[in-house]
Amino acid sequence: MRLIARTAVFVALASWLLAAPTPAQAWEPTKPIEFVIPAGTGGGADQMARLIAGLAEKHKLTPRPFIVVNKSGGAGAEGFLHVKSKKGDAHTIIITLSNLFTTPLHTGVPFGWRDLTPIARMALDQFILWVNAETPYKTAREYLAAVKEKPTGMKMGGTGSAQEDQIITIQLEQALGLKFIYVPFKGGGEVCVNLVGKHVDSTVNNPIECVSHWKAGRVRPLAVFDGARIPDADWKEIPTVKEALGLDIQYNMLRGIFGAPDMPKDAVEWYVGFLKKVYDTPEFKEYLSRGALKPAFATGAEYVKWVEGAEQLHRELMAKGGLLKK
Amino acid sequence: MGLENLFLGFQIAFTPFNLFIAVLGITLGTVIGVLPGLGGANGVAILLPLTFTMPPTSAIILLTSIYWGALFGGAITSVLFNIPGEPWSVATTFDGYPLARQGQGGQALTAAFTSSFVGALFSIVLITFFAPLLAEIALKFGPPEFFAIQLLTFSSFVGLGGGNPLKSLVSILLGFILATVGLDIVTGQLRLTFGFTDLMKGFDFIVAVIGLFGIGEILLSVEEGLQFRGATTRMNLRVVLDTWKILPRYWRTFVRGSVIGFWMGFKPGGATPASFMSYAFAKRFSRHPERFGKGELEGIVAPETAAHAAGVAAMLPMITLGIPGSPTAAVMLGGLIIWGLQPGPMLFKENPDFVWGLIASMYTGNVIGVLMVLAFVPFFAAILKIPFAILTPLIVVVCAIGSYAVHNSMIDIWYMLVFGVIGYVFKKLDYPLAPLVLALVLGDLAENALRQSLIMSQGSLAIFVTRPIAGVITALAVFFFALPLLTPWWRRLRGVPSPPPVPRET
Repeated sequence: MRLIARTAVFVALASWLLAAPTPAQAWEPTKPIEFVIPAGTGGGADQMARLIAGLAEKHKLTPRPFIVVNKSGGAGAEGFLHVKSKKGDAHTIIITLSNLFTTPLHTGVPFGWRDLTPIARMALDQFILWVNAETPYKTAREYLAAVKEKPTGMKMGGTGSAQEDQIITIQLEQALGLKFIYVPFKGGGEVCVNLVGKHVDSTVNNPIECVSHWKAGRVRPLAVFDGARIPDADWKEIPTVKEALGLDIQYNMLRGIFGAPDMPKDAVEWYVGFLKKVYDTPEFKEYLSRGALKPAFATGAEYVKWVEGAEQLHRELMAKGGLLKK
Repeated sequence: MGLENLFLGFQIAFTPFNLFIAVLGITLGTVIGVLPGLGGANGVAILLPLTFTMPPTSAIILLTSIYWGALFGGAITSVLFNIPGEPWSVATTFDGYPLARQGQGGQALTAAFTSSFVGALFSIVLITFFAPLLAEIALKFGPPEFFAIQLLTFSSFVGLGGGNPLKSLVSILLGFILATVGLDIVTGQLRLTFGFTDLMKGFDFIVAVIGLFGIGEILLSVEEGLQFRGATTRMNLRVVLDTWKILPRYWRTFVRGSVIGFWMGFKPGGATPASFMSYAFAKRFSRHPERFGKGELEGIVAPETAAHAAGVAAMLPMITLGIPGSPTAAVMLGGLIIWGLQPGPMLFKENPDFVWGLIASMYTGNVIGVLMVLAFVPFFAAILKIPFAILTPLIVVVCAIGSYAVHNSMIDIWYMLVFGVIGYVFKKLDYPLAPLVLALVLGDLAENALRQSLIMSQGSLAIFVTRPIAGVITALAVFFFALPLLTPWWRRLRGVPSPPPVPRET
């Protein structure tokens, strides 16, 4: 009996001594992580969040699963407010799109990225000017000249109102002194199909929303709203807006991850490491290239700086477009 | 479309693993369909991450099987407890629940499942042979056409209710008001939220329905005492065969329901309006419209055929155009991208094995599905033998879980209870519930389509008549709106006496 007790003490001491020099155990999730999507099922943010959750399972990157929940009410405000209320929680994260900036600016619902804990930027989504392939417009210049000739005649389809698609449309209008009829739809896929069906004349869809219709020869890309062409083989023929029109209109949409307010530092570190591992999987890389998403992993100060810039940009663009809450 | 492609598809769908996956999916889907609130979309979304390790065809078979299961399962609670398990099963409660109370739950369920299967088969055959052609037709449907369809759905219900038109109007307006709460997609502004963040997401249709029908009915039963006749019905499969002998009588309703369901299924949210429209037309063309709402088998056949036909048709725009025809299809579409496929018109060319495997699995999935649910009819019907005092608390708990599951939010449970009281009051005061539900589910869609159309036309209503497809549908809708006014006049012209006033429907 005593021998056993002594051995136990010895083992306990030894293990303590052995463990002591190594740093304290790093943080790991101790319960399922709630992964909030401030958008509906099936959209771009939804796809990425579910891909991340799926890759985490497939490659065993997390000891606890991610529970993905859609909270799309009020243009995403429902999801953001939900995460905002979880102060100090280490098990709640949210994926963001441009509504992180546009929804509070347009509706006045009180939340902002400063309420959340920045974790990592995963990618940036591109925007392209599309027309129906049966129209005679081969270049952006031709199309916009036609718009100018026919004021209030050309219809631009886009996702939602006072969101990224309308912001880009207004930038085009103001830079060129023309006018579109902006028709809002619920989702990007629907927008592109309405272009194929000729219910609208042009769109500023994300590449992934229109790529299949493009390959089927139904729509035509005219220009990319970015500083450089998309490097992938299929896409690099499309000129930038600067090349096509001599205009400097650039717009990227954030696909990034934030945590609950005041998330503990060691938890943030774990999520950063986790997301980096996801980002490096071949599946994620392939997902980015297929959707012509710009790979843009960033964390810490770099991420914060980008978000600050993006917020400022949205404030300016929306003020110029008269989209701020009055 | 060559049959060799379909043959190729069947070779994929008939592998033991894929058949196993289909059975598994249908079982899960039926459970999901039974639980109100936990809809097909949620169920598919939850299981999506599990499919990443599977080949894409097996993955889509699993997800679509869940969807078929949910389409079958939605009818079960509608018939047994007056609680629609899925939005498209609301119209099934109108006659399904009265039948269950008359001790004919088994019959009602058999009719529901069989009709579902017939509707599904109709749509699958059309998809098999005409998918690309139908996709082209779907492309012609823009906002004006979509609005015209909504108008037609409303018009099909006009004059059917009987009862007090003013009460119907109150009910429909209340539905429209509730439908406007939340974000307005056209202006991006919040409406009728009064600064409460909880109101931002609006009122979910399914939560309202669980409350209005389920909880409302329970409150009523508590007051009046619940009586299910025929609690001693024998538990065997005879009832299935007996019902099958009656069903061919309703072949017209089957055809009408399938056609309505299929062409409504093209557009998002199609199954629910399709089920309503099919019910309304069945009643309109029936020789015994007065029996509807009191336990008429045809009143189950109509909505279920249309709902399942629409549910299958929702797959068509997904595989041909890359747009989802239903919320569930939207989640599957996300899955496609994750599995490394690009949804859209090129899918047929680039991944024929996937597309034809999927189409073939629609046949196998629905055959397996209908056999499974039919085999359980006696079991489902036997649930009603459980004493009311034990069953009711269970139902309330399941309703609460279902309401919570829609958005993972507690407030929805409170909404459900409030809607329960509204449902109770409506029934006591003899206000019809159907117009409210119809307005709530269609109000949002119809409003968006109307405003998109008017933006496109710069405010001119002519857009609804100058476009050929929209024009024809609008004309039909106007005809049905005017029908209650025309009918007495027409009867007088032919010297037929006016029928006695029709009793009010549910």
